[in-house]
Amino acid sequence: MLMLVNNLTYRYNAGTPMESVALKDVNIQINKGEFIGLIGHTGSGKSTLVQHLNGLLKPVEGAVYFNGEDISDPDFDLKSLRFKVGLVFQYPEHQLFEADVFSDVCFGPKNMGLSKKEVELRAFTALKQVGIEDEYFYQSPFDLSGGQKRRVAIAGVLAMKPEVLVLDEPTAGLDPRGRDDLLNMLKSVQEETGCTIVLVSHSMEDVARYADRIIVMNKGEVAFDDTPQEVFKHRDELKSIGLGVPDITETMYKLKEAGFKVSTDVLTVEEAVEDFIRGNRC
Amino acid sequence: MEIVKSEKLSFEYIRRDEEGNVEGITRALDDVSLSVKEGEFVAILGHNGSGKSTFAKHINALLFPTEGVIHVAGMDTNDYGNIWPIRETAGMVFQNPDNQIIGQVVEEDVGFGPENMGVPTKEIWERVEESLRAVNMYAYRKASPNRLSGGQKQRVSIAGVLAMHPKCIVLDEPTAMLDPNGRKDVIRAIRALNDVEKITVILITHYMNEVVNADRVFVMDKGKVCMEGTPKEIFSKVEDLKNLRLDVPQVTEFAHALRKKGIPIPEGILTNAELIEALKNVNVGK
Repeated sequence: MLMLVNNLTYRYNAGTPMESVALKDVNIQINKGEFIGLIGHTGSGKSTLVQHLNGLLKPVEGAVYFNGEDISDPDFDLKSLRFKVGLVFQYPEHQLFEADVFSDVCFGPKNMGLSKKEVELRAFTALKQVGIEDEYFYQSPFDLSGGQKRRVAIAGVLAMKPEVLVLDEPTAGLDPRGRDDLLNMLKSVQEETGCTIVLVSHSMEDVARYADRIIVMNKGEVAFDDTPQEVFKHRDELKSIGLGVPDITETMYKLKEAGFKVSTDVLTVEEAVEDFIRGNRC
Repeated sequence: MEIVKSEKLSFEYIRRDEEGNVEGITRALDDVSLSVKEGEFVAILGHNGSGKSTFAKHINALLFPTEGVIHVAGMDTNDYGNIWPIRETAGMVFQNPDNQIIGQVVEEDVGFGPENMGVPTKEIWERVEESLRAVNMYAYRKASPNRLSGGQKQRVSIAGVLAMHPKCIVLDEPTAMLDPNGRKDVIRAIRALNDVEKITVILITHYMNEVVNADRVFVMDKGKVCMEGTPKEIFSKVEDLKNLRLDVPQVTEFAHALRKKGIPIPEGILTNAELIEALKNVNVGK
């Protein structure tokens, strides 16, 4: 187990009349090499939880452990936690600032105090991982397309070799192909480096396709924490908290109601086609 | 009558380096001829950088054609005297609601447009009320926009445009930054404007599900319009769309795959209900 969130409660504006509970007794384990989808509608506590993972918010009630160490411990090295748990915010390309792509990616590892050679090696590797070709290395990041800029921004975090990579809606605003390319890239990063990925997403289709495990947040609490197959069996509960099942799964429910022999625990179009042909052949 | 009509519209911009030297010329729109009739609900699809937003900005006279012309309600945008009447005819809603809300209170923000147009105070208040009701945000009229969710803010932006009584609203990826519920509310509000108020809607989006209810769809690529048709016609071309970096709704993709496996259902199925109907017609699984 890489990280443990234990009985974590967080209140905004604690002690004032404006007090609101953002996290309520949250317990989560994060294991090495997992691809986790974190879903929940706006205000469900996803972002507050994510900010606890790398110490941007310190636990007030409850605790967060990294590799068995309590991050609230005065001896705990919070700065190194921020390198080990990389956070990619929404629209990360807004944070690019250097004159060229390569220097921008170097910024993170340089701050870790690594040697110049190591910094450059890491920047090179990270840019390759996200699929940016050499020809772009010395261009201004601002001349790249939206999808490329976002990859560069993600490379900047990858270059710090995080053990956990948390991404807050990394595909917002990308066109469908750009979205698929980015998610495939993340999957291969996870497979190649063994890095844990936490993907915050509003798309049930995306988490169904890519995640090994889904955590559903609702009103500051963990509503479900299981494999996509199990989580998406709770169609009615998910709907009642403002979420739902992937569109194709919904289609299968409708087909079943109409009397077709289909199973409702498929999550992708390919699975659905196979299942339909098997059950109704046809 | 045509509310937007572009003829051989092209737009080029000059790329410069940091010293201001010309690096090259990009042709963002290339010979675009399209027209939108009054009262239509039109969707424009296309990958990032295909020219959709550049086109949208021409409708609002924010950008002007390098070649060709565009008429909005019969007015040529190249004619300087037409700029304000055009902006009153065609309102625009952008992707990020935070970039277009300026008021401290919701109703103040919505009243900003008509106030600038010199509408009498009493009428401003009437317009504010009707606009906020149209997007179902009247209950929040005294709220601070800062305390609203993204979807609510975006509906306030739409109300702000609506209060100017435009004939046409252009929405440039209005739901890109919203969560699924916010997205649904905004799309519902947009459809109501078109159905009830008969306002022409031009919706630019990446979400294929939002296109299903449009009267017509244009697909753009490399600054050109490369496909045009009803949603059914457009989504019949699953492979072509994928080659253009786009997608189809999952139910359409599913139906398309079943068809390829030899089940004789038609192309271009857009909803679950249509799929069930089509499968029943061919007596599959019964």
